[in-house]
Amino acid sequence: MSILPPHRLDLAGHRRRNGVVPWVAYHGDDGRDRLVEAVEAAGLRGRGGGGFPTAVKLRAARSRRSIVVANGCEGDPLSRKDAALLALSPHLVVDGLQLAAHAIGATETVLCVDTGSPVLPSVTAALAERDDRVPVRIAEIPRRYVASEESALVHFLTSGDARPLGKEPRPAERGVRGRPTLVDNVETLAQLASAVLLGPHHYRAARTDLVTVTGAVRTPGVVELPAGPSLTAVLAAAGGETEPLQAVLVGGYGGTWTTDLRLGLSGIPAVYALPASACGLEYTAKVLAFLAAESARQCGPCMFGLPSIAADFAELVRGGPAVHRLAHRLPLLTGRGACAHPDGAARLAASALRTFGADVTTHQAGGRCRVLEGVA
Amino acid sequence: MKLSVDPIACRGHGLCADLLPELVRLDEWGYPVVAAGPVPPELAAETRRAANACPALALRLRKA
Ligand code: SF4
Ligand code: SF4
Repeated sequence: MSILPPHRLDLAGHRRRNGVVPWVAYHGDDGRDRLVEAVEAAGLRGRGGGGFPTAVKLRAARSRRSIVVANGCEGDPLSRKDAALLALSPHLVVDGLQLAAHAIGATETVLCVDTGSPVLPSVTAALAERDDRVPVRIAEIPRRYVASEESALVHFLTSGDARPLGKEPRPAERGVRGRPTLVDNVETLAQLASAVLLGPHHYRAARTDLVTVTGAVRTPGVVELPAGPSLTAVLAAAGGETEPLQAVLVGGYGGTWTTDLRLGLSGIPAVYALPASACGLEYTAKVLAFLAAESARQCGPCMFGLPSIAADFAELVRGGPAVHRLAHRLPLLTGRGACAHPDGAARLAASALRTFGADVTTHQAGGRCRVLEGVA
Repeated sequence: MKLSVDPIACRGHGLCADLLPELVRLDEWGYPVVAAGPVPPELAAETRRAANACPALALRLRKA
């Protein structure tokens, strides 16, 4: 079963295509246990980037007064999969939200989307069609890169401040307004609903991944493929390359450059195909400038470190000798913020130096490269 | 015991690196980089003193 239909499904359409949640099978306390066991048997893992086993998360947040937060914010400019899902199949997401709420005994659920998101009408219309046991509230979250981080969402819903809170305590212990809180990406919830509707056994055989593909491909957009596709398969699903590629950025702005198209992807929200005619260092410098501007400016290594490496990259593109500084700075940024924002930027920068090593040398030699000189 | 820094609370005063140079050095922006691994027993008392002295209470000691 694909979770992304070609056209938007209203409630009747959703039920015709995907079926109806067999609530009676999960009635009562034993039912909750069976539900979590089914999620475990389906092998479901989080689709927000962490890849954490969903059943373990459900068990950790179990309580009678907990909250489920569905994370539909897409801070990464290269990702559109959650928006596509909420626009086309909102009821599958809400089914998953209700199932998660039942599994952990939640009395409240919140569906988070970016402020002014184009998916708001679809989501609002879907909720108006339903009569759910646990109420669903929509929250609009300020559009910032780090606002979609788990602790930032919890912080925002508690206090109106969308900055990350740090790693402790986990939301499952103390989340929104101090209550145990389960935060799951909307794709994870849609996958959860799909696992329950299909049954764990069928789900394991039929499960899929959503990936947003942009860059030098014929039909950029969100594609759905059998789980764990190779990069080659993902690019083919987006119509194939429009010109020879130089490298692919895997995992969005905090991701990794690679030239190995056989690479298997799992839980990767976005890929960007860089054509041979573009400069990978220039593109990386732009992304790093964006990431530096998106720091929540709470942690020194992030507040000062990201602008420094962004400046280093800008200098590198101009032909300056920034490589040595980067070699010293990049390893220093990892693991030193309250969230993984600096880690992502450092990972991106390090992979760019590896992947575009030859270009680094030409830039340094002449302040220009084959791309800027038009010889590519 | 394990020593760590709460990056949100830390104000980069740098006092910790003065008090405990064996385990803490400062990065180029004045923020502490803490040595990985457990605190050696012979430094336990010094480490406790440094953690108590941090004006932002950002230097944390935890039982490993
Ligand atoms: S690491 Fe950066 S983005 Fe994350 S909490 Fe600290 S300052 Fe904010
Ligand atoms: S003394 Fe405290 S506030 Fe100052 S740098 Fe060290 S940990 Fe940070």
